Amino acid sequence: MAANGRNENGSIHQYIISVKVENRFGVLARVAGLFSARGYNIDSLAVSATEDDGISVMTIVVKGDDRVIEQVKKQLNKLIDVIKVTDHTESATVQQETVLVKLNAIPKNRAEIYQLCEFFSADIAGISPKTITLSAKGDPDKLDNFIELIKPYGIRELMRTGRISMLKE
Amino acid sequence: MKITGAEIIIESLRREGVEFMFGYPGGVVIPIFHHIHTAPFRFILSRHEQGAVHAADGYARASGKVGVVIATSGPGATNLITGIATANMDSVPLVVITGQVSRSMIGNDAFQEVDVTGITRPISKHNYLVQDVRDLARIIKEAFHIASTGRPGPVVIDVPVDVSNAEHKFSYPESVNLRGYRPVYDGHPVQIKKACRLIEAAKKPVVYAGGGVVISNAHRQLRDFIRKTGIPITTTLLGMGIYPETDPLALEMLGMHGTYYANYAVHHSDLLIAIGARFDDRVTGNIATFVPNARVIHIDIDPASVSKNVMVDVPIVGDCGRVLAEMNKIVKAPKIEEWVSELTELKRKHPLSYEDPGRGRIKPQYVVEEIYRQTRGEAVICTEVGQNQMWAAQFYKYTEPRTFISSGGFGTMGYGFPASIGAQLARPDKRVIDIAGDGSIQMNIQELIVAVQHRLPIIVAILNNGFLGMVRQWQQLFFNKRYSHTCINFSPDFKALAEAYGAAGFRVKKMEEVPEVLKKALAITDRPIIIDFHVSREENVYPMVPSGKSIKETIMRELA
Repeated sequence: MAANGRNENGSIHQYIISVKVENRFGVLARVAGLFSARGYNIDSLAVSATEDDGISVMTIVVKGDDRVIEQVKKQLNKLIDVIKVTDHTESATVQQETVLVKLNAIPKNRAEIYQLCEFFSADIAGISPKTITLSAKGDPDKLDNFIELIKPYGIRELMRTGRISMLKE
Repeated sequence: MKITGAEIIIESLRREGVEFMFGYPGGVVIPIFHHIHTAPFRFILSRHEQGAVHAADGYARASGKVGVVIATSGPGATNLITGIATANMDSVPLVVITGQVSRSMIGNDAFQEVDVTGITRPISKHNYLVQDVRDLARIIKEAFHIASTGRPGPVVIDVPVDVSNAEHKFSYPESVNLRGYRPVYDGHPVQIKKACRLIEAAKKPVVYAGGGVVISNAHRQLRDFIRKTGIPITTTLLGMGIYPETDPLALEMLGMHGTYYANYAVHHSDLLIAIGARFDDRVTGNIATFVPNARVIHIDIDPASVSKNVMVDVPIVGDCGRVLAEMNKIVKAPKIEEWVSELTELKRKHPLSYEDPGRGRIKPQYVVEEIYRQTRGEAVICTEVGQNQMWAAQFYKYTEPRTFISSGGFGTMGYGFPASIGAQLARPDKRVIDIAGDGSIQMNIQELIVAVQHRLPIIVAILNNGFLGMVRQWQQLFFNKRYSHTCINFSPDFKALAEAYGAAGFRVKKMEEVPEVLKKALAITDRPIIIDFHVSREENVYPMVPSGKSIKETIMRELA
C-alpha cells in the first residue's frame, strides 16, 4: 500500500464508532464538530451514562470515506476530553436500539399487528381510537425488519434512539 | 485567605513564570487589568488585539516559551481569532485569556457577548469556559500544560466577569490529571530499529525535516543524525535553521518555492525520512506524483499527522529529539556517495538565482541577500506572507533554529510585524528584522507605535513593488495577466509614516544605495526603522511548482 508513498482515496462505508468521553459540557460539540467540519452527516448518535459517573459514552454511526473516517478517529483521539475511541465496525458487538412507532390502526387491523408485535417482542405503548403506538427494541437489523413489516399499516410517526454498541469481549 | 478570580489569574501566571503578557483591555476584563497593573510580569499593550496575539506568537516562537494574551469579550475576542488560528496551524504554544459576560447573562445577547469557546473550538488545541472560581487555578495549570506539551498549540480560557470578581482560597496545583491527554514521547523501539534498517540499505535517502524539530529543540540530535549518516537534508519553511543552510549536505527549503535540488532529491529518493513535518500541500504538490519511488519513514509526535496525506511505511510516533537520540545510538551510515555527489552537482548547476543588473531598480532578492551579509546571518528574521516571505526564505541562509519566524500553515498577512515585536522582546540580544511587502505591512501597521513605545529597534524592510505580489504572480502565470485588484501603487509614504510614529524612516530607490541605508538602519538601536525599498515591480518568485502540479512541471525562471 505504501510502497509508492502515495495515499489513495478510500471508499464509502458505514462506521460505528464508540467514544468514551469526559462527562462535561462542550464535549458533544467538539465531537460533532469533527464530522460537521468535513461535511459529514451523523446517521445516529447516542450519548449514554456508563459505570463511571465521570465518563459518558457516545455511539456514533456515520457513513464516510475510509480515509476521512480514519483521520476523524485520530482527531477524536486528540481531543483532550476524549478518553478512548473504539471502532466497532468490524468487531463482534452487542447492539441495541429502541424504536417508537405510531401506526394507523383501525380495529380490524389490530389482531394482525398484535401478532407481529408478539413475534418481534414489541410492546404496545399506547392506544387511541385511530392509532396504536408500538415500542420495540433489539439490534438495528431486527428493527429494520420490524419496520418493514409494519409499514403497510401506515406509519404516522416513527423515531429511533440510535444504537448503543458494546464489544462482546 | 480568599482572593478574587482576577488575583488567582495573576498569581497563577506568576507561578508559570510568565515574563510578558500581550493584550488590550475592555469592560469585562477590568477586574483582571486592575491586578495586571501591579503584576510581576511586563504587560505589552497592543493597538489591536490581532497585534497582541501575533506578538505573543512571535514571542513563543523566538523563545520556546508559552505566549500569553488577554482580550475582552465580544470584539476583543473575535479580533484574536486570526491569531489563534495562525498559532494552531503552526503548533505555537499560547494561553489566551478572554473576558466573558457574567454567567447569568451568557446566552442573552448581552453587550459585547460572543460564544468564544464555540468560535475557537476548531482553531484551538483546547478551550475552557470557567464556570466556577474554584476551577480557575486548575484550568490555568492545565492550559499551560496542554499548550506546551505534545504537539503544542493555543489554549483559550474564557473567564466570565463574575468569576473574576468571585473569591476563593488560592492553591496552585502541582500537577495535572488529564486521562484523555497523554502524549507519547518515546518512539517504539521496534519501529526505530525498522527505520534504521531501511536507512542503512537506502541508496538515495533524503531527510525532510520541519517545524517539529524546532519545537522539540531537537536540532542537536538532528545534526548528529546527519553527521552520522551523511544523508542530505531539506527543510520545510518552518524548519529552516535546524540545520545550517550553509552546509554542503543542506538542500535548503523544499516545496512550491523550494530549491530545485531539494525537490529533485525528494522526487528521486528511494527513502524519505520525514521528521517533525506534516506533508503540507505546499510541500508535496500533486500528492499522486509525490515521492513515486520512495519508502517513507515519519517521525512525529502527532499520530493524526501520520499517514494523513501520504501513506507511511514506518511511522514512529514520538518526540523528534528522543527518537533521533535513540536512532543515533544504532544507525549505520548508508553507502550513498554517488547520490550525494549527484545532488552536490545539482546544487552547483541550479542554484537559487535572479537576474542581477547590479544597478538601477532594486531587486527584492538582493535586499534579502544584503540583509544576510550585513547581519552575518545572525539576525532573527520575521516575515509577512507572500513573495516577501519566499524571498526571505530563499536568499537568507539560516543556521540556527528560532531565527526564522513566519506564518507557514495559515499564511497570515499582517503576521510578521507584530510577531517581530514579540520576537524582539524574547531576544533583546538579537537584531530582529521583519521582511515585509507593501500589502502585508499595512494589515497591522498600527503596532508600530508599540515598537516605538518600547524602543524596540526592529527593522521593517518593505519590499515595495506596488503589488500584492504573490497573487499578481499567479494572475500573470495562470490568469492571463488580468491583475484584478492586486495593483496597490496607491500607498502611503512609508518614510513619512514611520517618522509620524516616531520611528526612523528611509526610502531607497536604487540598487547601489541599499548597502549604505541598511548600514545606517542597523546603527539605530533605540527605535524601530522602516525602510521602503522600491523594488522591481513584476519580479516573480522562482523556482515555482504550480499548485497541484508535480515537481517535473517546475517553472525555473521567467519564460521569455
